[in-house]
Amino acid sequence: MAGTDAIGAGSAQAKRGGKMARKKVRAPWLERYSALLLAAVLLGAWQAAVPLAGLSEFVLPTPLAIATRIVGELPLLANHAYVTLFEVVSGFAMAVLIGIPLALLIFYSRAFERAIYPILVALQTVPKVALAPLLVLYLGYGWAPKITLAFLISFFPIVISTVVGLQSLDKNLVYLVRSMGANEWQTFFKVRLPAALPNIFGGFKVAISLAVIGAVIGEYVAAERGLGYLQLQANSLFDTTLNFATVVAISGLGVTLYFVIDFIESRVTYKRDSAK
Amino acid sequence: MNALSQAGAAVDISRLSKTYKTREEDDVVALGNIDVRFEPGSFVAVVGPSGCGKSTLLSLLAGLTGATTGTIAIDGETISKPHPKIGVVFQSDLLLYWRTVIENILLPIEIKRLDVAKYRSRAEELLVQVGLEGFGNKYPSELSGGMRQRVAICRALIQEPGLMLMDEPFGALDALTREQMIMDLQAMWLRLGNTVLFITHGIDEAVFLADRVLVMSPRPGRVDLDLKIDIPRPRQWGRTHEDKAYQGYVRQIRDIFEAKGVLVAH
Repeated sequence: MAGTDAIGAGSAQAKRGGKMARKKVRAPWLERYSALLLAAVLLGAWQAAVPLAGLSEFVLPTPLAIATRIVGELPLLANHAYVTLFEVVSGFAMAVLIGIPLALLIFYSRAFERAIYPILVALQTVPKVALAPLLVLYLGYGWAPKITLAFLISFFPIVISTVVGLQSLDKNLVYLVRSMGANEWQTFFKVRLPAALPNIFGGFKVAISLAVIGAVIGEYVAAERGLGYLQLQANSLFDTTLNFATVVAISGLGVTLYFVIDFIESRVTYKRDSAK
Repeated sequence: MNALSQAGAAVDISRLSKTYKTREEDDVVALGNIDVRFEPGSFVAVVGPSGCGKSTLLSLLAGLTGATTGTIAIDGETISKPHPKIGVVFQSDLLLYWRTVIENILLPIEIKRLDVAKYRSRAEELLVQVGLEGFGNKYPSELSGGMRQRVAICRALIQEPGLMLMDEPFGALDALTREQMIMDLQAMWLRLGNTVLFITHGIDEAVFLADRVLVMSPRPGRVDLDLKIDIPRPRQWGRTHEDKAYQGYVRQIRDIFEAKGVLVAH
Protein backbone atom coordinates (compact mmCIF):
# COMPACT_ATOMS: atom_id res chain seq x y z
CA MET A 1 0.00 0.00 0.00
CA ALA A 2 2.73 2.35 1.02
CA GLY A 3 4.40 1.57 -2.26
CA THR A 4 1.40 2.58 -4.37
CA ASP A 5 0.97 5.72 -2.29
CA ALA A 6 4.50 6.70 -3.02
CA ILE A 7 3.98 6.07 -6.68
CA GLY A 8 0.80 8.12 -6.61
CA ALA A 9 2.57 11.01 -4.92
CA GLY A 10 5.37 10.73 -7.41
CA SER A 11 3.09 10.96 -10.41
CA ALA A 12 1.22 13.88 -8.89
CA GLN A 13 4.54 15.63 -8.48
CA ALA A 14 5.42 14.80 -12.05
CA LYS A 15 2.15 16.37 -13.16
CA ARG A 16 2.89 19.52 -11.21
CA GLY A 17 6.39 19.53 -12.62
CA GLY A 18 4.93 19.17 -16.09
CA LYS A 19 2.68 22.14 -15.54
CA MET A 20 5.58 24.27 -14.34
CA ALA A 21 7.67 23.15 -17.28
CA ARG A 22 4.90 24.17 -19.64
CA LYS A 23 4.80 27.59 -18.03
CA LYS A 24 8.51 28.00 -18.67
CA VAL A 25 8.39 26.89 -22.28
CA ARG A 26 10.52 29.27 -24.24
CA ALA A 27 10.04 30.63 -27.71
CA PRO A 28 13.53 31.59 -28.86
CA TRP A 29 12.10 33.50 -31.79
CA LEU A 30 9.91 35.59 -29.50
CA GLU A 31 12.77 36.29 -27.10
CA ARG A 32 15.09 37.42 -29.84
CA TYR A 33 12.69 39.84 -31.46
CA SER A 34 10.70 40.88 -28.39
CA ALA A 35 12.15 44.42 -28.32
CA LEU A 36 11.45 45.02 -32.02
CA LEU A 37 8.01 43.54 -31.65
CA LEU A 38 7.08 45.78 -28.73
CA ALA A 39 8.37 48.84 -30.58
CA ALA A 40 6.30 47.87 -33.63
CA VAL A 41 3.19 47.40 -31.49
CA LEU A 42 3.65 50.79 -29.81
CA LEU A 43 4.25 52.57 -33.12
CA GLY A 44 1.26 50.80 -34.61
CA ALA A 45 -0.89 51.96 -31.71
CA TRP A 46 0.34 55.51 -32.25
CA GLN A 47 -0.34 55.26 -35.98
CA ALA A 48 -3.89 54.06 -35.33
CA ALA A 49 -4.63 56.40 -32.43
CA VAL A 50 -4.02 59.67 -34.26
CA PRO A 51 -6.95 59.37 -36.75
CA LEU A 52 -9.10 57.59 -34.13
CA ALA A 53 -8.68 60.53 -31.74
CA GLY A 54 -9.37 62.92 -34.55
CA LEU A 55 -6.04 64.70 -34.18
CA SER A 56 -4.63 66.62 -37.10
CA GLU A 57 -1.11 66.00 -38.39
CA PHE A 58 -0.34 69.50 -37.22
CA VAL A 59 -0.91 68.54 -33.59
CA LEU A 60 0.50 65.02 -33.65
CA PRO A 61 1.89 63.52 -36.85
CA THR A 62 1.76 59.75 -37.31
CA PRO A 63 4.97 57.68 -37.30
CA LEU A 64 4.53 56.95 -40.99
CA ALA A 65 4.23 60.63 -41.81
CA ILE A 66 7.38 61.35 -39.81
CA ALA A 67 9.26 58.53 -41.54
CA THR A 68 8.14 59.75 -44.95
CA ARG A 69 9.21 63.26 -44.07
CA ILE A 70 12.63 62.07 -42.87
CA VAL A 71 13.22 60.29 -46.18
CA GLY A 72 12.02 63.32 -48.12
CA GLU A 73 14.12 65.80 -46.18
CA LEU A 74 17.22 63.61 -45.93
CA PRO A 75 19.57 66.16 -47.57
CA LEU A 76 18.32 68.97 -45.32
CA LEU A 77 18.58 66.83 -42.17
CA ALA A 78 22.04 65.59 -43.17
CA ASN A 79 23.28 69.16 -43.77
CA HIS A 80 22.32 70.18 -40.26
CA ALA A 81 23.31 66.84 -38.71
CA TYR A 82 26.91 67.29 -39.96
CA VAL A 83 27.18 70.55 -38.06
CA THR A 84 25.83 69.05 -34.85
CA LEU A 85 27.99 65.95 -35.30
CA PHE A 86 31.09 68.13 -35.67
CA GLU A 87 30.23 70.07 -32.50
CA VAL A 88 29.49 66.91 -30.50
CA VAL A 89 32.62 65.06 -31.58
CA SER A 90 34.84 68.12 -31.07
CA GLY A 91 33.43 68.79 -27.61
CA PHE A 92 33.75 65.14 -26.66
CA ALA A 93 37.31 64.93 -28.02
CA MET A 94 38.24 68.00 -25.96
CA ALA A 95 36.70 66.38 -22.88
CA VAL A 96 38.80 63.23 -23.47
CA LEU A 97 42.01 65.14 -24.20
CA ILE A 98 41.68 67.29 -21.09
CA GLY A 99 39.77 64.88 -18.85
CA ILE A 100 42.14 61.91 -19.06
CA PRO A 101 45.34 63.84 -18.23
CA LEU A 102 43.48 65.61 -15.43
CA ALA A 103 42.36 62.22 -14.09
CA LEU A 104 45.96 61.01 -14.20
CA LEU A 105 47.13 64.05 -12.24
CA ILE A 106 44.38 63.46 -9.68
CA PHE A 107 45.37 59.79 -9.44
CA TYR A 108 49.11 60.35 -9.09
CA SER A 109 49.14 63.49 -6.92
CA ARG A 110 47.40 63.54 -3.58
CA ALA A 111 47.95 67.32 -3.31
CA PHE A 112 46.43 67.93 -6.74
CA GLU A 113 43.48 65.69 -5.87
CA ARG A 114 42.88 67.67 -2.67
CA ALA A 115 43.12 70.96 -4.58
CA ILE A 116 41.02 70.14 -7.63
CA TYR A 117 38.27 67.85 -6.38
CA PRO A 118 36.24 70.46 -4.49
CA ILE A 119 36.41 72.76 -7.50
CA LEU A 120 35.35 69.98 -9.87
CA VAL A 121 32.41 69.01 -7.69
CA ALA A 122 31.37 72.64 -7.28
CA LEU A 123 31.50 73.12 -11.05
CA GLN A 124 29.48 69.98 -11.55
CA THR A 125 26.64 71.38 -9.46
CA VAL A 126 26.33 74.36 -11.82
CA PRO A 127 23.71 73.50 -14.44
CA LYS A 128 25.75 73.71 -17.65
CA VAL A 129 22.67 74.67 -19.62
CA ALA A 130 22.53 77.90 -17.63
CA LEU A 131 25.93 78.82 -19.02
CA ALA A 132 24.76 78.66 -22.64
CA PRO A 133 23.68 82.32 -22.94
CA LEU A 134 26.98 83.43 -21.37
CA LEU A 135 28.96 81.29 -23.79
CA VAL A 136 27.15 82.91 -26.69
CA LEU A 137 27.96 86.30 -25.24
CA TYR A 138 31.68 85.46 -25.06
CA LEU A 139 32.12 83.17 -28.06
CA GLY A 140 29.60 84.39 -30.59
CA TYR A 141 27.09 82.56 -32.78
CA GLY A 142 29.42 80.03 -34.44
CA TRP A 143 30.38 76.54 -33.38
CA ALA A 144 32.62 77.66 -30.49
CA PRO A 145 29.96 78.00 -27.75
CA LYS A 146 28.34 74.67 -28.79
CA ILE A 147 31.63 72.81 -28.63
CA THR A 148 32.39 74.44 -25.30
CA LEU A 149 29.03 73.44 -23.89
CA ALA A 150 29.41 69.86 -25.20
CA PHE A 151 32.87 69.79 -23.63
CA LEU A 152 31.74 71.17 -20.26
CA ILE A 153 28.83 68.77 -19.96
CA SER A 154 30.76 65.62 -20.98
CA PHE A 155 34.00 66.36 -19.16
CA PHE A 156 33.01 65.42 -15.62
CA PRO A 157 31.92 61.79 -16.19
CA ILE A 158 35.16 61.12 -18.07
CA VAL A 159 37.34 62.45 -15.25
CA ILE A 160 35.41 60.65 -12.52
CA SER A 161 35.16 57.29 -14.27
CA THR A 162 38.87 57.36 -15.14
CA VAL A 163 39.90 58.20 -11.58
CA VAL A 164 37.60 55.53 -10.14
CA GLY A 165 38.87 52.98 -12.67
CA LEU A 166 42.50 53.68 -11.76
CA GLN A 167 41.83 53.69 -8.02
CA SER A 168 39.88 50.43 -7.94
CA LEU A 169 42.88 48.36 -9.04
CA ASP A 170 43.88 45.42 -6.82
CA LYS A 171 47.10 46.61 -5.10
CA ASN A 172 48.50 43.09 -5.32
CA LEU A 173 48.63 43.40 -9.11
CA VAL A 174 50.98 46.33 -8.66
CA TYR A 175 53.16 44.28 -6.28
CA LEU A 176 53.13 41.45 -8.81
CA VAL A 177 54.51 43.49 -11.70
CA ARG A 178 56.94 45.33 -9.40
CA SER A 179 58.30 41.93 -8.34
CA MET A 180 58.95 41.33 -12.04
CA GLY A 181 61.00 44.53 -12.10
CA ALA A 182 58.42 46.80 -13.74
CA ASN A 183 58.84 50.57 -13.49
CA GLU A 184 55.82 52.88 -13.07
CA TRP A 185 55.60 53.45 -16.82
CA GLN A 186 55.26 49.70 -17.45
CA THR A 187 52.95 49.27 -14.47
CA PHE A 188 50.68 51.88 -16.00
CA PHE A 189 50.53 50.45 -19.51
CA LYS A 190 50.55 46.75 -18.62
CA VAL A 191 48.18 46.83 -15.65
CA ARG A 192 46.67 50.14 -14.54
CA LEU A 193 45.34 51.32 -17.90
CA PRO A 194 43.98 47.99 -19.21
CA ALA A 195 42.30 47.35 -15.84
CA ALA A 196 40.71 50.82 -15.88
CA LEU A 197 39.48 50.66 -19.50
CA PRO A 198 36.01 49.24 -18.76
CA ASN A 199 35.40 52.14 -16.35
CA ILE A 200 36.86 54.67 -18.76
CA PHE A 201 34.61 53.45 -21.57
CA GLY A 202 31.63 53.55 -19.21
CA GLY A 203 32.46 57.24 -18.70
CA PHE A 204 32.82 57.76 -22.47
CA LYS A 205 29.35 56.33 -23.09
CA VAL A 206 27.73 58.62 -20.55
CA ALA A 207 29.79 61.54 -21.88
CA ILE A 208 28.93 61.12 -25.56
CA SER A 209 25.19 61.13 -24.83
CA LEU A 210 25.64 64.26 -22.72
CA ALA A 211 27.75 65.92 -25.43
CA VAL A 212 24.82 65.61 -27.85
CA ILE A 213 22.59 67.36 -25.32
CA GLY A 214 25.22 70.09 -24.84
CA ALA A 215 25.57 70.80 -28.54
CA VAL A 216 21.81 70.88 -29.19
CA ILE A 217 21.15 73.16 -26.22
CA GLY A 218 23.90 75.43 -27.53
CA GLU A 219 22.10 75.53 -30.87
CA TYR A 220 18.78 76.34 -29.20
CA VAL A 221 20.25 79.44 -27.64
CA ALA A 222 21.80 80.93 -30.74
CA ALA A 223 22.74 79.30 -34.00
CA GLU A 224 22.54 79.54 -37.75
CA ARG A 225 22.93 75.83 -38.45
CA GLY A 226 22.62 72.45 -36.74
CA LEU A 227 19.78 70.12 -35.76
CA GLY A 228 18.83 72.24 -32.74
CA TYR A 229 18.54 75.27 -35.03
CA LEU A 230 16.50 73.28 -37.56
CA GLN A 231 14.12 72.19 -34.84
CA LEU A 232 13.56 75.78 -33.71
CA GLN A 233 12.89 76.73 -37.35
CA ALA A 234 10.33 73.93 -37.67
CA ASN A 235 8.77 75.09 -34.42
CA SER A 236 8.39 78.68 -35.56
CA LEU A 237 6.79 77.47 -38.83
CA PHE A 238 4.39 75.19 -36.89
CA ASP A 239 5.84 72.31 -38.92
CA THR A 240 5.30 69.61 -36.29
CA THR A 241 6.26 66.77 -38.61
CA LEU A 242 9.68 68.29 -39.34
CA ASN A 243 10.00 68.99 -35.63
CA PHE A 244 9.54 65.28 -34.90
CA ALA A 245 11.85 64.37 -37.77
CA THR A 246 14.57 66.50 -36.14
CA VAL A 247 14.03 64.80 -32.79
CA VAL A 248 14.50 61.43 -34.50
CA ALA A 249 17.67 62.71 -36.19
CA ILE A 250 19.10 63.97 -32.88
CA SER A 251 18.46 60.66 -31.13
CA GLY A 252 19.80 58.81 -34.16
CA LEU A 253 22.99 60.83 -33.86
CA GLY A 254 23.33 60.03 -30.15
CA VAL A 255 22.61 56.33 -30.60
CA THR A 256 25.06 56.04 -33.48
CA LEU A 257 27.86 57.72 -31.52
CA TYR A 258 27.10 55.50 -28.52
CA PHE A 259 27.48 52.38 -30.61
CA VAL A 260 30.67 53.67 -32.23
CA ILE A 261 32.16 53.89 -28.74
CA ASP A 262 30.69 50.50 -27.84
CA PHE A 263 32.36 49.04 -30.93
CA ILE A 264 35.75 50.59 -30.11
CA GLU A 265 35.41 49.22 -26.58
CA SER A 266 34.75 45.72 -27.84
CA ARG A 267 37.93 46.01 -29.95
CA VAL A 268 40.28 47.18 -27.20
CA THR A 269 38.97 45.45 -24.08
CA TYR A 270 38.18 41.94 -22.99
CA LYS A 271 35.00 41.72 -20.97
CA ARG A 272 35.61 39.86 -17.73
CA ASP A 273 32.21 38.20 -17.74
CA SER A 274 31.92 37.30 -21.37
CA ALA A 275 32.51 33.61 -20.67
CA LYS A 276 31.18 31.69 -23.62
CA MET B 1 67.07 15.96 -15.54
CA ASN B 2 65.11 17.58 -18.35
CA ALA B 3 65.07 20.75 -20.39
CA LEU B 4 63.22 22.64 -17.69
CA SER B 5 65.55 21.89 -14.79
CA GLN B 6 67.41 24.81 -13.41
CA ALA B 7 70.00 25.60 -10.78
CA GLY B 8 68.65 26.51 -7.37
CA ALA B 9 69.90 29.76 -5.90
CA ALA B 10 71.59 30.08 -2.54
CA VAL B 11 69.97 32.65 -0.26
CA ASP B 12 71.85 34.32 2.59
CA ILE B 13 69.86 36.45 5.00
CA SER B 14 71.89 38.19 7.64
CA ARG B 15 70.80 40.39 10.54
CA LEU B 16 67.66 41.24 8.59
CA SER B 17 65.05 43.40 10.31
CA LYS B 18 62.14 45.58 9.30
CA THR B 19 60.52 48.26 11.42
CA TYR B 20 57.42 50.14 10.31
CA LYS B 21 57.12 53.73 11.43
CA THR B 22 53.74 54.62 12.87
CA ARG B 23 52.26 57.96 13.86
CA GLU B 24 52.37 56.99 17.51
CA GLU B 25 55.61 56.79 19.44
CA ASP B 26 55.92 53.02 19.23
CA ASP B 27 57.27 51.69 15.95
CA VAL B 28 56.13 48.24 14.88
CA VAL B 29 58.88 45.69 14.57
CA ALA B 30 57.58 43.38 11.83
CA LEU B 31 60.76 41.38 11.61
CA GLY B 32 63.43 41.04 14.31
CA ASN B 33 67.00 40.11 13.52
CA ILE B 34 66.84 37.16 11.15
CA ASP B 35 69.89 35.13 10.24
CA VAL B 36 69.32 32.22 7.93
CA ARG B 37 70.78 30.53 4.88
CA PHE B 38 68.79 28.55 2.29
CA GLU B 39 70.86 25.89 0.56
CA PRO B 40 70.60 25.82 -3.24
CA GLY B 41 67.72 23.60 -4.32
CA SER B 42 66.16 23.31 -0.87
CA PHE B 43 62.46 23.61 -0.10
CA VAL B 44 61.98 25.87 2.91
CA ALA B 45 58.58 26.46 4.48
CA VAL B 46 57.81 29.31 6.85
CA VAL B 47 54.85 28.74 9.10
CA GLY B 48 53.39 31.12 11.62
CA PRO B 49 50.28 33.05 12.62
CA SER B 50 49.19 36.31 11.01
CA GLY B 51 51.49 39.17 11.94
CA CYS B 52 54.54 36.98 12.56
CA GLY B 53 56.47 38.77 9.84
CA LYS B 54 56.41 35.99 7.25
CA SER B 55 54.82 38.21 4.62
CA THR B 56 57.30 40.96 5.45
CA LEU B 57 60.09 38.44 4.88
CA LEU B 58 58.61 37.64 1.48
CA SER B 59 58.27 41.34 0.54
CA LEU B 60 61.90 41.89 1.45
CA LEU B 61 63.06 38.89 -0.59
CA ALA B 62 60.92 39.97 -3.54
CA GLY B 63 62.54 43.40 -3.35
CA LEU B 64 59.17 45.10 -2.86
CA THR B 65 60.26 46.87 0.30
CA GLY B 66 63.62 47.84 1.77
CA ALA B 67 65.08 46.37 4.95
CA THR B 68 65.63 48.51 8.04
CA THR B 69 68.87 46.67 8.81
CA GLY B 70 70.71 43.70 7.39
CA THR B 71 71.16 42.22 3.94
CA ILE B 72 69.81 39.56 1.60
CA ALA B 73 72.17 37.93 -0.88
CA ILE B 74 71.15 35.69 -3.80
CA ASP B 75 74.09 33.52 -4.88
CA GLY B 76 76.37 35.90 -3.01
CA GLU B 77 75.00 39.03 -4.65
CA THR B 78 73.34 41.51 -2.29
CA ILE B 79 69.94 42.61 -3.58
CA SER B 80 68.25 45.99 -3.21
CA LYS B 81 65.52 45.74 -5.84
CA PRO B 82 63.47 42.96 -7.49
CA HIS B 83 65.91 40.31 -8.65
CA PRO B 84 65.56 38.51 -12.01
CA LYS B 85 66.36 35.16 -10.38
CA ILE B 86 63.27 35.40 -8.18
CA GLY B 87 59.72 34.42 -9.17
CA VAL B 88 56.76 35.11 -6.91
CA VAL B 89 53.43 33.30 -6.51
CA PHE B 90 50.85 35.17 -4.46
CA GLN B 91 47.81 33.94 -2.55
CA SER B 92 45.43 34.93 -5.32
CA ASP B 93 46.45 34.04 -8.85
CA LEU B 94 46.57 37.71 -9.96
CA LEU B 95 46.12 36.76 -13.60
CA LEU B 96 45.29 39.67 -15.91
CA TYR B 97 41.81 38.79 -17.16
CA TRP B 98 42.25 40.59 -20.48
CA ARG B 99 45.23 38.42 -21.40
CA THR B 100 45.20 34.79 -22.49
CA VAL B 101 46.93 32.14 -20.38
CA ILE B 102 50.06 32.21 -22.52
CA GLU B 103 50.18 36.02 -22.55
CA ASN B 104 49.91 35.98 -18.76
CA ILE B 105 52.80 33.54 -18.46
CA LEU B 106 54.92 35.71 -20.77
CA LEU B 107 54.21 38.94 -18.84
CA PRO B 108 57.54 38.88 -16.91
CA ILE B 109 59.38 38.44 -20.21
CA GLU B 110 57.62 41.48 -21.69
CA ILE B 111 58.38 43.54 -18.63
CA LYS B 112 62.05 42.64 -18.74
CA ARG B 113 62.03 43.45 -22.47
CA LEU B 114 63.33 40.02 -23.42
CA ASP B 115 62.52 38.19 -26.63
CA VAL B 116 58.95 36.93 -26.11
CA ALA B 117 59.09 34.55 -29.11
CA LYS B 118 62.06 32.76 -27.57
CA TYR B 119 60.19 32.00 -24.34
CA ARG B 120 56.94 30.88 -25.97
CA SER B 121 58.01 27.25 -26.25
CA ARG B 122 59.12 27.21 -22.61
CA ALA B 123 55.73 28.61 -21.63
CA GLU B 124 54.02 25.79 -23.56
CA GLU B 125 56.28 23.24 -21.86
CA LEU B 126 55.45 24.62 -18.42
CA LEU B 127 51.75 24.33 -19.23
CA VAL B 128 52.28 20.66 -20.07
CA GLN B 129 54.13 20.22 -16.77
CA VAL B 130 51.16 21.54 -14.76
CA GLY B 131 48.65 19.52 -16.77
CA LEU B 132 47.23 22.42 -18.78
CA GLU B 133 48.33 21.40 -22.24
CA GLY B 134 46.28 23.18 -24.87
CA PHE B 135 44.96 25.85 -22.51
CA GLY B 136 47.34 28.55 -23.77
CA ASN B 137 44.74 30.52 -25.69
CA LYS B 138 42.02 30.37 -23.01
CA TYR B 139 41.20 33.37 -20.87
CA PRO B 140 41.52 33.15 -17.06
CA SER B 141 37.74 33.44 -16.67
CA GLU B 142 37.42 30.11 -18.48
CA LEU B 143 39.58 28.27 -15.89
CA SER B 144 38.87 26.93 -12.42
CA GLY B 145 40.62 28.33 -9.32
CA GLY B 146 43.15 25.51 -9.22
CA MET B 147 43.95 25.86 -12.91
CA ARG B 148 44.44 29.61 -12.52
CA GLN B 149 46.90 29.12 -9.68
CA ARG B 150 48.78 26.60 -11.86
CA VAL B 151 49.07 29.29 -14.54
CA ALA B 152 50.37 31.71 -11.89
CA ILE B 153 53.05 29.15 -11.00
CA CYS B 154 54.02 28.84 -14.67
CA ARG B 155 54.31 32.64 -14.82
CA ALA B 156 56.66 32.60 -11.81
CA LEU B 157 58.75 29.84 -13.44
CA ILE B 158 59.01 31.30 -16.95
CA GLN B 159 62.30 33.01 -16.22
CA GLU B 160 63.93 29.94 -14.67
CA PRO B 161 64.06 31.57 -11.27
CA GLY B 162 66.68 30.15 -8.94
CA LEU B 163 64.36 31.07 -6.09
CA MET B 164 60.59 30.79 -6.13
CA LEU B 165 58.70 32.66 -3.41
CA MET B 166 55.22 31.37 -2.63
CA ASP B 167 52.93 33.40 -0.36
CA GLU B 168 50.15 31.07 0.87
CA PRO B 169 49.62 29.98 -2.73
CA PHE B 170 46.92 27.41 -1.95
CA GLY B 171 45.12 29.39 0.75
CA ALA B 172 42.23 30.35 -1.51
CA LEU B 173 41.60 26.85 -2.91
CA ASP B 174 39.13 24.21 -1.78
CA ALA B 175 40.51 21.30 0.29
CA LEU B 176 40.66 18.70 -2.49
CA THR B 177 42.19 21.03 -5.05
CA ARG B 178 44.70 22.13 -2.44
CA GLU B 179 45.74 18.54 -1.77
CA GLN B 180 46.26 17.91 -5.47
CA MET B 181 48.22 21.15 -5.87
CA ILE B 182 50.49 20.21 -2.96
CA MET B 183 51.27 16.85 -4.56
CA ASP B 184 51.84 18.46 -7.96
CA LEU B 185 54.08 21.14 -6.50
CA GLN B 186 56.28 18.49 -4.92
CA ALA B 187 56.53 16.57 -8.18
CA MET B 188 57.35 19.72 -10.09
CA TRP B 189 59.96 20.89 -7.61
CA LEU B 190 61.62 17.44 -7.71
CA ARG B 191 61.94 17.84 -11.47
CA LEU B 192 63.03 21.49 -11.51
CA GLY B 193 65.39 21.54 -8.54
CA ASN B 194 65.07 25.25 -7.74
CA THR B 195 65.06 26.78 -4.27
CA VAL B 196 61.57 27.38 -2.89
CA LEU B 197 60.45 29.55 0.00
CA PHE B 198 56.90 28.53 0.85
CA ILE B 199 54.96 30.73 3.25
CA THR B 200 51.84 29.25 4.84
CA HIS B 201 49.45 29.04 7.76
CA GLY B 202 49.15 25.30 7.27
CA ILE B 203 51.38 23.16 9.47
CA ASP B 204 50.43 20.05 7.48
CA GLU B 205 51.45 21.39 4.08
CA ALA B 206 54.61 22.98 5.49
CA VAL B 207 55.86 19.69 7.00
CA PHE B 208 54.71 17.65 4.03
CA LEU B 209 56.42 19.78 1.39
CA ALA B 210 59.55 21.14 3.03
CA ASP B 211 63.10 20.03 3.71
CA ARG B 212 63.11 22.57 6.46
CA VAL B 213 60.42 24.42 8.36
CA LEU B 214 60.99 27.80 9.99
CA VAL B 215 58.44 28.42 12.72
CA MET B 216 57.88 32.12 13.34
CA SER B 217 56.08 34.04 16.07
CA PRO B 218 55.01 37.67 16.24
CA ARG B 219 56.11 40.80 18.06
CA PRO B 220 58.84 40.95 17.07
CA GLY B 221 58.76 38.56 14.11
CA ARG B 222 61.47 36.01 14.69
CA VAL B 223 62.31 32.37 14.05
CA ASP B 224 61.44 30.22 17.06
CA LEU B 225 62.32 26.89 15.57
CA ASP B 226 64.38 25.76 12.61
CA LEU B 227 63.18 22.23 11.97
CA LYS B 228 64.83 19.86 9.51
CA ILE B 229 62.26 17.50 7.97
CA ASP B 230 63.74 14.09 7.35
CA ILE B 231 61.11 12.15 5.40
CA PRO B 232 62.06 10.39 2.16
CA ARG B 233 60.67 11.67 -1.13
CA PRO B 234 58.49 11.46 -3.05
CA ARG B 235 56.04 11.77 -0.19
CA GLN B 236 52.45 10.57 -0.49
CA TRP B 237 49.87 12.88 1.11
CA GLY B 238 47.82 10.07 2.70
CA ARG B 239 50.68 7.78 3.71
CA THR B 240 52.94 10.55 5.00
CA HIS B 241 50.18 11.67 7.35
CA GLU B 242 50.32 8.24 9.04
CA ASP B 243 54.10 8.43 9.27
CA LYS B 244 55.34 8.62 12.90
CA ALA B 245 58.14 11.04 12.00
CA TYR B 246 55.69 13.34 10.20
CA GLN B 247 53.34 13.34 13.19
CA GLY B 248 56.29 14.09 15.48
CA TYR B 249 57.25 17.18 13.43
CA VAL B 250 53.67 18.46 13.39
CA ARG B 251 53.46 17.90 17.18
CA GLN B 252 56.66 19.89 17.73
CA ILE B 253 55.28 22.87 15.78
CA ARG B 254 51.90 22.68 17.53
CA ASP B 255 53.68 22.64 20.90
CA ILE B 256 55.38 25.92 20.05
CA PHE B 257 52.12 27.54 18.95
CA GLU B 258 50.41 26.31 22.11
CA ALA B 259 53.25 27.58 24.29
CA LYS B 260 53.05 30.99 22.57
CA GLY B 261 49.26 31.12 22.88
CA VAL B 262 48.79 31.06 19.11
CA LEU B 263 46.76 27.87 19.54
CA VAL B 264 44.79 27.52 22.77
CA ALA B 265 43.65 24.06 23.98
CA HIS B 266 40.27 23.73 25.69
